[in-house]
Amino acid sequence: MDYFFTEQQQMIIDTAREITNEKIIPVRAELDEKNQFPREILHDIAKADLFSIFVPEEYGGLGGGCYEIVLALEELARGCVGVATSFAASALGIFPVLYAGSEEQKERYLPDIASGARWAAFGLTEANAGSDASGIRTTAVLEGDEWVLNGTKQWITNGGESQIYTIVALTDPHKGARGASIFIVEDGDPGFSYGKKEDKMGIRSSSTRELILKDCRIPKDRLVGRRGTGFITVMKTLDGSRPGIASLGIGLAQAALDEAVTYAKQRVQFGRPIISFQAVQHILADMAIQLEAGRALVYAAARHIDQHPKDMSKASSMCKVFATDMAMKVTTDAVQVLGGYGYMKEYPVEKMMRDAKILQIYEGTNQIQRNVIGQELNKEYS
Amino acid sequence: MNILVCVKQVPDAKDVRLDPKTNTLAREGVESIMNPFDRHALEEAVAIKEQQGGTVTVLTMGPPQAESVLREAIACGADDGVLISDRAFAGADTWATAYTLAMAVQALGDFDLILCGKQAIDGDTAQVGPGLACRLRVPYATCVQKTRQVTAGSIEVERMMDDGYDVVRLPLPALMTVVKDINEPRVASLKGKMKAKKAEIRQLSATDIGADPRCIGLAGSPTQVVRVFSPEARGDRKVFSGSVAEQVDQLVECLRAHL
Repeated sequence: MDYFFTEQQQMIIDTAREITNEKIIPVRAELDEKNQFPREILHDIAKADLFSIFVPEEYGGLGGGCYEIVLALEELARGCVGVATSFAASALGIFPVLYAGSEEQKERYLPDIASGARWAAFGLTEANAGSDASGIRTTAVLEGDEWVLNGTKQWITNGGESQIYTIVALTDPHKGARGASIFIVEDGDPGFSYGKKEDKMGIRSSSTRELILKDCRIPKDRLVGRRGTGFITVMKTLDGSRPGIASLGIGLAQAALDEAVTYAKQRVQFGRPIISFQAVQHILADMAIQLEAGRALVYAAARHIDQHPKDMSKASSMCKVFATDMAMKVTTDAVQVLGGYGYMKEYPVEKMMRDAKILQIYEGTNQIQRNVIGQELNKEYS
Repeated sequence: MNILVCVKQVPDAKDVRLDPKTNTLAREGVESIMNPFDRHALEEAVAIKEQQGGTVTVLTMGPPQAESVLREAIACGADDGVLISDRAFAGADTWATAYTLAMAVQALGDFDLILCGKQAIDGDTAQVGPGLACRLRVPYATCVQKTRQVTAGSIEVERMMDDGYDVVRLPLPALMTVVKDINEPRVASLKGKMKAKKAEIRQLSATDIGADPRCIGLAGSPTQVVRVFSPEARGDRKVFSGSVAEQVDQLVECLRAHL
């Protein structure tokens, strides 16, 4: 289907596609098997300027928006969601600075993010703060000219690999939701270290790690935005990033559909290619219908979000839920079409099915997204 | 360091067929690409430039549409592109091509280093690179698999051989042709693509480069193609597996059966 991309958008798609075909697909199975972070590929992505697409032009970026990120991520995810997640996590990690950072912070960090010289990561989740983000226990106390951070962040994507971390910590624990703030912590800061590295079911090339802040001292000017506005920035960050997760579902489902159709045309049973059987055709048709519907919703939501509307959350959550539930279904169906071969590691669809599961979980479970949509509906109709 | 890279637009080998009636390349509907070896030459040039400073100029001889490979090269890091194009160049063999390129290089000015792919995948001759070096009277190394060291006055490289490699040091200016092992070509960057779109491609004719009409195109090409044909398919092939001893047994048995 023609989505009438601009010339620049088409250029972004083509560039991401070349990275996927030349740099990601040939090594994805090995990265998955070895649990290996795709450092080289991220350098390739940086050289191709893809890290710059969401950075404003005045900081060395291309000045693209949510739509441009979505288009790049879709192509990268067609190759490997683990690699695409590592790329996306850098955007997520720097969004707080982009949305709420001072001019000085933007000048200090954004050019490096745009060139891919440094990567970012976002530190919100803790052992007792998953869906309930308000449950965080990490604290930040101002001592003279320094903030002192204490706490442990869990399951942080790009943990140990990135150089810049945006950390959510409580500055006024008694103030509840208004008591949180965001800080920039850099690799090498005193008292900042990395803990357990997770061994995951899918997206195994991405790094998921603990961040340990033990009397971590950082300069006063690392506070992002005003004190106490942390959760507002977090919500804005996630509203802006969720369409990216949705687009990972689109790229992944496209890859699964490509594999399933190609296989169904080649595989002969009962004397004919299995694609000639209506039972198989219907599975493929449903995959294609769901995929295209998801893609249209994600693109529409991304374009909507780029206008910075008030109802950003609902659009963002709707596309995340639909596209990622769809990706789970479509990848599962792809394994079904490939049958026994689909279950084997020799074919790429079993990895796709494993990779799909996390999309329904991270950056807000799909149940939490439905809460958001429900609450917005409740408000709209009041 | 001023580097020149010679590139060629070729039909994508994945799609190439010979027309069984005329025995010529069936080019219709076949996508044109930058010769894959030349992509490695370009990458090496850009890498040397990034390390040493200087410029990378890309040169191609071909019809007007060959301009697209020059833009692709600029997107991948080259500074500018030059297209030598003239109806009079048509039908050039490797001899006339080397002459034409040499005349163009001399018209363009001084270069410290000239890089070419090992060979073009359409002709597979591997003659133009060395031919160009001879015309320019500069030293050359073929099948370079690694650049070891570049200094202001010389370059030290590894030449791939059947059984290992030679280490060669060439005084500059020099020419080298590269194999695919030398590097992993980068994907064209977004900013590069934008630059390439706007870039002005210089176009030079036979007159512009001061070429002798007797030495270019069909007139300057001594090569006579007597016959073009598809080689016959090889006979039965058998791949043995198992331990070396088992494979030898299988081979001996197979040979015996044919005695």
